[in-house]
Amino acid sequence: MKTSRFTVWLPYLWLLIFFLAPFALVLKLSLSEPAIAIPPYNPVLTWEEGIAGWWVDLKRLSFENYRFITEDSLYWKSYLSSVWIATVSTLLTLAIGFPLAYGMARAPRAMRPVLLMLVILPFWTSFLIRVYAWIGILKKEGLLNQFLLWAGLIDQPLTILNTDVAVYIGIVYSYLPFMVLPLYANLEKQDATLLEAAADLGCTPFRAFWTVTWPLALPGVLAGCFLVFIPAVGEFVIPALLGGSDTLMIGQTLYDEFFKNRDWPVSSTVAVILLAILIIPIVIFQRLQQREAGA
Amino acid sequence: MNARGWSKFNIASVVLGFAFLYLPIVLLIIFSFNESKLVTVWAGFSTKWYAQAFANQGLMDAAWVTIRVAFVSASIATVLGTLAAMALARRTAFPGRLLFSGMIYAPLVMPEVITGLSLLLLFVAVDLDRGMTTVTLAHITFSMCFVAVVVQARLAGFDRSLEEAALDLGATPARAFFSVTLPLIAPAVAAGWMLAFTLSLDDLVIAQFNSGPGATTLPMKIFSQVRLGVTPEINAICTILVAIVSVGVIVSSIALKRQEVQRQRAQRLAAQA
Repeated sequence: MKTSRFTVWLPYLWLLIFFLAPFALVLKLSLSEPAIAIPPYNPVLTWEEGIAGWWVDLKRLSFENYRFITEDSLYWKSYLSSVWIATVSTLLTLAIGFPLAYGMARAPRAMRPVLLMLVILPFWTSFLIRVYAWIGILKKEGLLNQFLLWAGLIDQPLTILNTDVAVYIGIVYSYLPFMVLPLYANLEKQDATLLEAAADLGCTPFRAFWTVTWPLALPGVLAGCFLVFIPAVGEFVIPALLGGSDTLMIGQTLYDEFFKNRDWPVSSTVAVILLAILIIPIVIFQRLQQREAGA
Repeated sequence: MNARGWSKFNIASVVLGFAFLYLPIVLLIIFSFNESKLVTVWAGFSTKWYAQAFANQGLMDAAWVTIRVAFVSASIATVLGTLAAMALARRTAFPGRLLFSGMIYAPLVMPEVITGLSLLLLFVAVDLDRGMTTVTLAHITFSMCFVAVVVQARLAGFDRSLEEAALDLGATPARAFFSVTLPLIAPAVAAGWMLAFTLSLDDLVIAQFNSGPGATTLPMKIFSQVRLGVTPEINAICTILVAIVSVGVIVSSIALKRQEVQRQRAQRLAAQA
């Protein structure tokens, strides 16, 4: 069908201006030098002097910020620890999300829309509020410790809030719907007669799961894992509220670099490297999405 | 999938999964009615924290800013996102289609700190003062992508020959869109608007980067108070937000369901006639 050109160009132009151009600015700024001014950097690549001016400016570009970041261990430790925390949390989310999605997909047909609604509902309620809710549960005199002490499982309250464990709990909790939704969409579509056929041929349910259900579920598993992993690497709110002073996550490092140190060029450099780390998972995720949309 | 029914293991994982998802929110709501200033020790029922939250001028100003930003940004994002979805679903070849679809999907997973920082640099570069306008522009940009994905899923699922019939009968593309396509995708467009609205209500990081004096949003306010400590007043304001969003989502999904049933009935009647 012919739709008017306008349907393409209006959103296209919007995204070019507000999504792509800003990235070019981040890249440019990561190559500039910091300065005590407003805004706090020495601009490189100005437009006023035309092409000749550009050439002079190009020679002024510096990789000083990149060198600074590789030399200061805070940054690479933050990157490594973010990727590690995101990986562990993604696997934990999968371990909790898969049985949940599987149970939903096998629920009586009439119940499924309600169950789906129940997974989506927390996704609509504020992320910030859901993270905040855990502070009252995890802190030293919090509800979890009260419960465990009451049940006689521990003698001393556990320190969970402001540790990495609290960050794992926060990420798993906040991103669980992102894992469950693609998994459920996949598992619900799977043909149950395949499992019956496997059972008829003498397969144990456990074996049937690993040879039939799991391979078929892989696209859903991958989509869910990417939807959790990619934003989790750059997560800011969860480590800021639940993490401790020794919890290193790059989203928070970038935030502090920008708001506390007011070093815009270094925060841009941190962002460029973070994007470079995430570009491969993002591209794979997009391929998956496009294949799903095309199917 | 439906073989050999619902095992005990299935039931247990669903029950435990939902307990995990809902218990923290339920506890938050319960303790918003706590008499004591301590959030974790129950000392009797009281609604005083709600009164205190409503009397807090800073919180109320922030709430008003947030609602205005969310309303404007969701509405514009819905228009742009629907256009983008039409382009993705109906135009298989145009120059730069790959880049276009990339720009639609990337913001869905892009870490907020990057989106926030990059938009801020754009606003500084064009010398636009930070405030409600910049927050609204930023929210439109990321939420239009969510709208596009939701609407595109709906467009992919319905019969294109209806649009073609309208065009064959001499309707302009715009007329065909408004009288054939739009009524069919209306539930997805409405869901997209709701999603854009709640995303905007919820956003902290992007607003933090792009907001200016006088444009403090509710999440920014909540965040700065939470850093000082947990208070029942914050529980109260969070409970109100959760209640508004839950009621909105449940009511709209029931309404959409009813509309869908009516549409199917009308189609059956039309087929019989």
